[in-house]
Amino acid sequence: MRFLGRLLAGLSFLAPAAAAAPWDMLDGGKLLATGGVSQVEGAGGGGIANWALITGYGTRDGVGINAHYTGVFLPDYTLHTAGVAVGLFDRLELSYAWQAFNTQQVGAALGLGQGYTFHQNIFGAKLKLVGDAVYDQDSWLPQISVGLQHKENDRGAVITAVGGKASVGTDYYIAASKLFLAQSLLVNASVRATKANQLGILGFGGDKHNDYSAQVETSAAYLFSKRFAVGAEFRTKPSNLSIAKEQDVWDVFAAYFFSKNLSATLAYADMGNIVIRNHQRGVYLSLQAGL
Amino acid sequence: MMKPIVFAAFMLCAFPAFAEDTLFIDMGGKAGIDRVVDEVEKIYLDDLRIKESFAESNLERLNVKLKEEFCVVAGGPCTYTGHTMEETHKGLHLKNFDFNALVEDLQLAMDKVGIPFAVQNRFLARLAPMQHQVVTQ
Repeated sequence: MRFLGRLLAGLSFLAPAAAAAPWDMLDGGKLLATGGVSQVEGAGGGGIANWALITGYGTRDGVGINAHYTGVFLPDYTLHTAGVAVGLFDRLELSYAWQAFNTQQVGAALGLGQGYTFHQNIFGAKLKLVGDAVYDQDSWLPQISVGLQHKENDRGAVITAVGGKASVGTDYYIAASKLFLAQSLLVNASVRATKANQLGILGFGGDKHNDYSAQVETSAAYLFSKRFAVGAEFRTKPSNLSIAKEQDVWDVFAAYFFSKNLSATLAYADMGNIVIRNHQRGVYLSLQAGL
Repeated sequence: MMKPIVFAAFMLCAFPAFAEDTLFIDMGGKAGIDRVVDEVEKIYLDDLRIKESFAESNLERLNVKLKEEFCVVAGGPCTYTGHTMEETHKGLHLKNFDFNALVEDLQLAMDKVGIPFAVQNRFLARLAPMQHQVVTQ
């Protein structure tokens, strides 16, 4: 209920501003890179980790919209994600992402068929509660946001067969972001309550463990210039299924902001063990375009 | 002879002061900061997003006061004799959009003067909290 109250408080920002011409709302007024990039589940963030920043370049008086594509190319799998997101008044973020996880040869080995693909729809919402990661350089208080990601997987039968308990699940998180501007360093930490197996690609909950667990996501990025940041991320995940031990993941990344309209992120990601294949390390590439 | 506790207190006071001074020096001292102000004023007056905010300004006075202010913020040996940030931006109805435009132009000016990005950020980190006084809308 408290969350709902805060959500409504956030939405009340929409009412007065909606009177202005809709096109003028895309003010592109935030500083370069302060909208972040698109994380793997479509929210504003880094690559695999969530941030408290609201996506896009709309200031608290404006709106920002963007679309993204992310590809993760692992030795035995590929993940394609495409999505759209809107940041409203630097307060509320709404996102949608579509994921396709291709099992390639593993699909054949498991009798599912070569290139068997899991699909997932992810609906996200994030609300900034307090703090400003950029302006509040005189305070230790980070920007803090809460959010959720509702995920719907289309492979319920296979999920059940591998021991998963549901094909639909919702993650809840609280995220903190702080720009240590004097050090040119952006630091993020978030805690996610989740049941998701491999981000939800293998469903939610399992034969081994079927409750929500608290998982951690952290990242740090050093800004080499207005346009270029290099950093690392780490994310823990639950291990709910007895067929395969799920591992924590990490990556190192470089992000380049061509302008407020276009950014590219390239990473080397270690996704750990995925089902019957160990050492799933590969290239993560993400492009975001927006207004 | 100085008592140890007095010496310790002196050192505690002195070290942050030294830290302040390196930013001033790293920005090229008074000459570097003066050049930044001269450059940024030109950029502000060319910037369609914010040039109107300077329509009522006495530009010569602004130039002098901004040089004083930036020098003080950088930890330099100057005295700011201008009005408070609240007073100078009162009635301008500036939004975050405008504040960020001022920041972006300042970054361009510092680029032009050749101040390294990491040094720029140390300076901007001290200016950033002024958003609370400058932005009134």
